[in-house]
Amino acid sequence: MRHLLSTRGITRDQAVQILDVAEDMADVATREVPRLPVLRGKTVVNLFYEDSTRTRISFEAAAKRLSADVINFSAKGSSVSKGESLKDTAQTLAAMGADAVIIRHQSSGAPEVLARSGWIDAGIVNAGDGTHEHPTQALLDAFTIRRRIHGQAARGKGLEGCRVTIVGDILHSRVARSNVWLLTCLGAQVSLVAPATLMPLAIGEWPVEVDYDLDHALSAGPDVVMMLRIQAERMHDAFFPNAREYSRQWGLDDERLARLPESSMVMHPGPMNRGLEISAGAADSPRSTVREQVANGVSVRMAVLYLLLAGAMEEAA
Amino acid sequence: MPSRVVLQQADISRALTRISHEILESNHGGSDLVILGIPTRGAILAERIGAILESIEPGSGTVGTLDITMYRDDLGRNLTRTPSPTRIPPGGIDGKTVVLVDDVLFSGRTVRAALDAMVDLGRPRAVRLAVLVDRGHRELPIRADFVGKNLPSSLAERIHVRVTEIDGVEEVTIEP
Repeated sequence: MRHLLSTRGITRDQAVQILDVAEDMADVATREVPRLPVLRGKTVVNLFYEDSTRTRISFEAAAKRLSADVINFSAKGSSVSKGESLKDTAQTLAAMGADAVIIRHQSSGAPEVLARSGWIDAGIVNAGDGTHEHPTQALLDAFTIRRRIHGQAARGKGLEGCRVTIVGDILHSRVARSNVWLLTCLGAQVSLVAPATLMPLAIGEWPVEVDYDLDHALSAGPDVVMMLRIQAERMHDAFFPNAREYSRQWGLDDERLARLPESSMVMHPGPMNRGLEISAGAADSPRSTVREQVANGVSVRMAVLYLLLAGAMEEAA
Repeated sequence: MPSRVVLQQADISRALTRISHEILESNHGGSDLVILGIPTRGAILAERIGAILESIEPGSGTVGTLDITMYRDDLGRNLTRTPSPTRIPPGGIDGKTVVLVDDVLFSGRTVRAALDAMVDLGRPRAVRLAVLVDRGHRELPIRADFVGKNLPSSLAERIHVRVTEIDGVEEVTIEP
């Protein structure tokens, strides 16, 4: 694996390998010295054109736990505001000797451009591009689900038979896209629930079930309910009448939470709009994996950086 | 030339029994002992030694595994290896006498990596090294405390340790 741009086209073996390595990385966090020397002397650049709390800090922590040097770059306060292009920024980073670039960009496909252009000879990790993909988020979601189901015996396993319902702003969600490809590749059954206005046009070609009624979808008792954030910053149209109506129809409130089976998990990639797509009661309940997801994010990103930078991957992978 | 068997099943089990007795002798008993196997075959040999220690002195066979993948000095030059889990016994290794177990001692680089890995896990009172086969050609100042068999070899020869759990047979072979 040279780059991680998308979860589409990733094989089941590759996905399981990343999750297994992440299990080992999670063990490292519990040790006396939670640090490994694998990426000593390597430089990892966080290239963030869009705001982020969790993802950037998580990648930074992951790189540091692997002993890499980390350079943080955010578009605000850089020459990007003077009009520097992605190409020039990439070549600047190449000249400084970056071994990996973790990029978040508001335009779908920007990481792909960086990986294929030849401007920079570094491993590229997509940390979210526009409304396209966010592969490490999907990996950490899969890791969290697998750990909750299998516990210590998770190594080597997929997500066969697991029923995942993803609810909310599917249209703008890169998290939903990455999760659909990854979770189905690992054997899970995915269903999507959203108002028709927030469903992508080509939804018929996705390997998922589609539902427009949250109560109907929840009555099937899914193993996982993943709530997505309403992305106000990407909404330039009236996709639903108002926030209260959205919340009543498609929000996970305390009453809907009570109807879910005891074993169901509630996931949210963050940041949460409490009271809109998820109630505070649901977000803070023991069934919520929100904080586990953040902790697991570091382990999964350590695994990705390790597999990308510590050598050439085996031919099969 | 076909490969030649240098140790058979009975030889291996006698060597492990002798190593176990030597460990207890040098440690003056079985207290505060932790046997750490280096995956994959070292971990299995460590399990065997642990079982023999337990039969000689109950309570002395505390066994774990120590993965050294992340501490190798040739990372980035070879294919990425998927690490194996590290399992440290509940009591930890602080203040214990740790016996590292590996199948073949060759350049000594694996043992160097294991020593580095152990620093990040705690501070043992002493670290000893047990190997089934010592084939020479050390590249680092490292020596084994307990050796199953010294096997002088040329650099061109290949030595294979096979154990039932993984390979279905139990033998040590040398291949020109």
